[in-house]
Formats: sequence, C-alpha cells, structure tokens
Amino acid sequence: MNDNSEKVTITLDGQQVSVSKDLTILEAAEEYGIKIPRLCYHPDLSLMGSCRVCIVDVKNVGFYMAACSTKVWEGMVVQTNSPEIRQARRDIVELLLDNHPKACQTCERDGNCELQNLAYTLGVRDRLFEGERKHFPKDESGLSVIREPDKCILCGRCVRVCAEVQNVNNLSQHGRGFTTVVSPAHGANMDDSVCIQCGQCINVCPTAAFLEKDATDSVWEALADSSKHVVIQTAPSIRAAIGEGFGLEPGTACTNQMISSLRRLGFEAVFDTNFGADLTIMEESNEFLNRLANQGPLPMLTSCSPGWVNYLEKFYPSLIPNMSSCRSPMTMTSVLIKTYYAQKMGLNPKDIFVVAVMPCVAKKFEAKRPEHLMSPGMYYTDAVLTTREAIWMIKSYGIDNWTLPQMNFWNVQKDQFDSPLGMSTGAGDIFGTTGGVMEAALRTAAEKVTGKPADKLEFTEVRAVEGLREATVRLGDKELRVAVANGLNNARTILDKVVAGKEQFHLIEIMACPGGCIGGGGQPYPPHGIKVMDKELLAKRASALYAIDKKKTLRKSHENPEILTLYKEFLGEAGGPKAHELLHTHYSPRLPRGIIGDADVYMQNG
Amino acid sequence: MCTCKTDNLSDIERTSELSLGPEIVEYIKTICEGPHKESQLISVLHKVQQKYGYLSMENINAVAYLLKIPAAKVSGVATFYNFFRLQQPGKFKINVCLGTACYVKGANLIADRFKQELGIDFGETSKDAMFTLEIARCLGTCGLAPVVTIGKEVFSQVTPDQVPVLLDKFRKQ
Repeated sequence: MNDNSEKVTITLDGQQVSVSKDLTILEAAEEYGIKIPRLCYHPDLSLMGSCRVCIVDVKNVGFYMAACSTKVWEGMVVQTNSPEIRQARRDIVELLLDNHPKACQTCERDGNCELQNLAYTLGVRDRLFEGERKHFPKDESGLSVIREPDKCILCGRCVRVCAEVQNVNNLSQHGRGFTTVVSPAHGANMDDSVCIQCGQCINVCPTAAFLEKDATDSVWEALADSSKHVVIQTAPSIRAAIGEGFGLEPGTACTNQMISSLRRLGFEAVFDTNFGADLTIMEESNEFLNRLANQGPLPMLTSCSPGWVNYLEKFYPSLIPNMSSCRSPMTMTSVLIKTYYAQKMGLNPKDIFVVAVMPCVAKKFEAKRPEHLMSPGMYYTDAVLTTREAIWMIKSYGIDNWTLPQMNFWNVQKDQFDSPLGMSTGAGDIFGTTGGVMEAALRTAAEKVTGKPADKLEFTEVRAVEGLREATVRLGDKELRVAVANGLNNARTILDKVVAGKEQFHLIEIMACPGGCIGGGGQPYPPHGIKVMDKELLAKRASALYAIDKKKTLRKSHENPEILTLYKEFLGEAGGPKAHELLHTHYSPRLPRGIIGDADVYMQNG
Repeated sequence: MCTCKTDNLSDIERTSELSLGPEIVEYIKTICEGPHKESQLISVLHKVQQKYGYLSMENINAVAYLLKIPAAKVSGVATFYNFFRLQQPGKFKINVCLGTACYVKGANLIADRFKQELGIDFGETSKDAMFTLEIARCLGTCGLAPVVTIGKEVFSQVTPDQVPVLLDKFRKQ
C-alpha cells in the first residue's frame, strides 16, 4: 500500500476513517478489519463485479453498489452491514444456489468450497427458490483437467486467470443467459483446445466446476493387487505443502510424516523425485555447457514444468530447438525405477506400478505422452496423483493426525526415502520453487566451468518471487545472462524478447504456475481465509524448501553419491548414449496453435 | 544445431486466408492497421456469415488467427449473439411464429411436431440438410395465427398434423 497517496475521509459503518483515495470500498473496509463477503473478486485478477455478493449501501446513491469495483470518495458514507444488506446478499447467494446442484456431500470440494462457505456464513439455511436448473454434460475426457459446468456459477475467475496470469486464453463464456457455459473454443475438451493443463482454473474456482482427472481409483486398485510391485515418488514441493491438508501451518515441511503415511498405504518403496531433479541437473548442465561451447542453440530453456512444455509446443513452437531435451525429474525417476531399480531388484518392469505425487495436474498429461512409453501400452509413470489426491488418500485411509510423535507405530518404521533413487542434495529440494532449477544448475555449472569448488552456493538473484527476474551471473570468467519466470504471462515477456532477438540470454528457467511448483495446479486449496496465489502463502511454502536445502551438507547435484553410483553402474557418462536414450526426449508443435492475445484488452471489453 | 522448422504459424495463417477468401482477409488487414481491432470482431463475423451463410468452426478459427484474438473469445462472441449461425443452414428455413397470438393458438404444439419430425431443436439443421428450424417472434399477421413460414411461403392456421405434409411438399422440391 502506498502511504503517500492522497487520503480521503469516509464514514465506514458509522465511523470516520481516513483511507487512500485509490482504494475500493472492499479494500478500505479490509484495512479496518471488515471483510465484506465476496465471490467473483480476486485481488490478483481484473475486476468483474458479476456476482454482486459484495454489495454495500452507499448513502444517497439509490442502489446497492459492488464494493469490489467502487472506489472510495471524499465524504462517502458506507454501510457494509444492515438487516437489508444482509438480506439482499443472502437472496443473491440463494439465487446462485438455486441454479447449483445439491450435491455437497458427494462433491470433491465439500468443506473447501467458497460457495458452500459463503452460503453458511450469510445464513442461508433453506432453499426457497426451487426452479429449473441448468444441465450441461460433464466433460471428463481430458487427461488432466475435467469440467463440470453444472457446478459453475459464472464468476469468471477461471477465464481471467487463464487469460491474465497464464496468457493462454483458453476459456470463455459461451452462449447467453440461462445457457451460458464456460468452455474452450467450440466447446472442445481440454486436451483438444489450447489448454496447457496447468490447472490454475481448478485452483481459482470457488466451486468444483474444474477438477483434476481422478487417479486415486487406479492407485487403490494397484495397491490391492498382490501381483504388482507398487512404488511411489514425491515431487520436491509436496513436502512443503502437504501438511496444509492435515491442518498444519503453511510452510511446515512434512517429509517424514509424508513418507511414513505413504508406506502405511502399502507402497513398497517411497522414492524422491528430488533424486530425479539432481539427475536432471547433471544432464541439463552438461547439455547447457555443450551448447555454450558449441554456440547454441541459446538461450537454453528448462524443461521441467509440463505446463510450460505444453505452452511451448502450442504458443512458441519456433523455440522448440532451444528447449532442453531433458525429461522432467518425474519421468527420469520413473524411467530409472523401471530400468535401474527393476534390474537391481530382479523385477520385471511390467509388474512395477509407478505412482508419482505431483503438485501439478499437467504431469498427468505428461505421463501419458507417447514419448514416455516404455513399450507399447506401458508408460514409465503409471499414475500421477496431485498433492490434493494424495492428502485425500492418506486421510481416507484413516491417517489424519500428523502431529502425533508416534507416527511410526505399527510395523512400518521407516520415515526416510528408499535407496537407490531416494537420496538428494539441497539442489533437488529447491526445484519446487521459482528460480530453483536455475540455482541448482548454476551451482553445478559454476564448478564445471571453473574446475574448482564454487564459493557461491546461493543465487538469491534468480529467486523470482515477483514473477520475473533477469540477472547477470558470473561463472569464473564467464558472464551469463539468465532469466527466470513463473506464470506464463511473465514467461511471455521474456520469450517475446528472445523471439524478437532483442536481447541475448544464455539460460532461461520457466515454470508455468505462479511461484513455481509450490503454487502448482494440484496443490492444496489454501486454508480458509487465504486466497489462491497468495504471495505470503507461496513464500512460506518456498521457505520450507530453502530451509531443507540449508540444512543439508550436500547441496550440489553432482555431489550426490547415489547419482555418481548410478552413472558408474548403469548410465555411463552424463549426456552419453545410454543417458540420452533414457533421460532425454523431444518436442513437436502441437495443435491447435495458441494465439498470444493481449489479456488486458479482452478483459476490459468483457 | 537443429535447423528444422518448428514454427507453424505461417502455414496456419495461409490456411486461414484461403478459408476466408481475399475480400475478408483484406478487410481484416485494414482493421489490424487501425486501433481497437478487437471491437471490429463482430463486423468481421458479419461479413463471414454474409458470405458463407454461417460461421463454421474453421472460419471462426481463421478469424481468430488473422485478427490475433484468442479463438475462445471469438467463439464466445459467436455463440452469444442469436444472429450468428454456427451450422450450415438447410435449403429451406422454417420459421415457427411463437408470438403471443400464435402461441395462444397452439404454436408450441406445431413447433414440437417440427422438432419431432425433423429430429432437431431450434437453431439446428436437419441431417439431410433440407431444413433449418427457427423461432419467429411475431410476423405481423396475427389474424392468420398460428403462422409458419417455410422458404418464401407463408402458411396460416397450421395444425400439427399438417407438419409432415408440409415437409414432404418441400422435400419434393
């Protein structure tokens, strides 16, 4: 908040207060501890003012005004609460509910639904206006994101996040009036549209109109099948967010509880995707230094974020040669489970069922890419669970108290990752947050370039907490121009510079979701009262990862002894033929081609 | 270094231009040179519908690519306005008047019969591409209620049982 801005005096619920003239009524009230109920409003998105839940009574105006979209003015007299206002808000929510399925008990968002919460808070106890309801088919055909338009209340948050934060513009309201529906162009399913599967629409939806494609059934089934050897890997950012699902303070690292809970579910081994992250750095830094020595193609773009991979293929296919050919840490880990681990354990890869817990819904799509087939009909990764799904499975199993000191009762003792594919350095941990892949790569590249131990470990200049960073880093006598972006609208700023040839970068890290994986489309819905994409929430999750990194003695990927053994025993050289066959992939332009629009213009025009 | 061409935009633009035809492409180019191209979207869609009789999925995409407006936005606009047709119109347009006078005289039963006989809803075209069924809101001939127009002909005091007879008559034309 800019304290130097001009102040105005308003009367807020009978009390004279001085507030900045740039504030809306909703923001001004919040400064004085009054939370006006809201639904379509999101502070990081453009204003829509469509739900009318935040109406307030402004003296001498003659109608109720939407607090989210009305700025304060000198002498304004606002009443945020009165029997009439409360009644009007309640009526509005009742009307929304009238066109909404009565399915709370069986809905995935039960207990975590903004509409449900709002209805309760506003005192809706009856459904008075029973009338005709809209009926649209549920679209479950997508591999990552599914739509259930019956639950949509047309608040437009998904449309706005897709356009303004992700610059994908895949969603729009179609039709009019009672038959209005939010969908991709021509009502296409998500996979056949320009959707990049990031899942931010799921996160911002106040109800359950968007959801991830469920994978829990297939995992339960595999766990119950005695002929299957079921193993699981967890992504770096899971440990930083999964605790929220168990009522723990955001930013509480829960590595041990997570591992022992998964073991109790019956997984025979729990591996760490961080191992794959360390391996990614080995391959990626090698690839990068090769490109640096052989003039390109530069800049090299990181390839860990599957939402970003989809965005590249649909929106910036001209930059495909710049993309690192490294498979993602998840897929690398899965590949090694079905090859290296299988060999070590004497298992047939066909009998292994690999589950991955990811902060991401796009990983579900990545897992089913034909490039990641091991043999016809068999993918390296068999099922991808989001953090939310993993929380649900663990709780549904009856494990819900993560603060118990005796978490390790029963016959399961281990709360550490299994070996091999379980040990990781701090460089792997920070993959889960923006700038982490870049920082990890720089830690290793610095030593490879100079040939001596690096004096610098923490590259705080690449931690792009505000969404976009450009920096110059020194590696020995080399100066590198690097850029880090999270959220694809930020990425676009950098990518446009690259396409236009305006500026020379060497290495660019892009993560599709705001804040990186910690803000992924599959992460827990924020605790009540905290908004999605909240910077503080993301900072807390990130700090958990940085704390783990700091505590580790090994913080550089190439120092991971298990990685070194892996190369010695199995892979050969980094970037060598076997590593190339198993750890690298390729990309191709994907249709429909996305159109890079100007989000602001569209939103202003409704 | 890989020198393969991975950008498909020029191919897509060429296909889009072929789909829309030179006059509309020229019109879009003029619009793109001026300010506020997005506010001209509706006028472009009008031109496309005028030329082809409806807005096909290919043409909606073509307009999106050439105007650089996301396809979801264009299809959102196209579905919002009743005037825009998203299906190829049939050889004959059937207008069932559902204005007050016709409605009172049972026009809804006639409409239902048309839907049943053709197996389509309002705004849709029959499978044989012969008929498109539409609602009219008063044709100004309330004395003849209920009124139906098929092609250029007007039929008055229609009963549901006449519907199949009328359809057969036009099918033979």
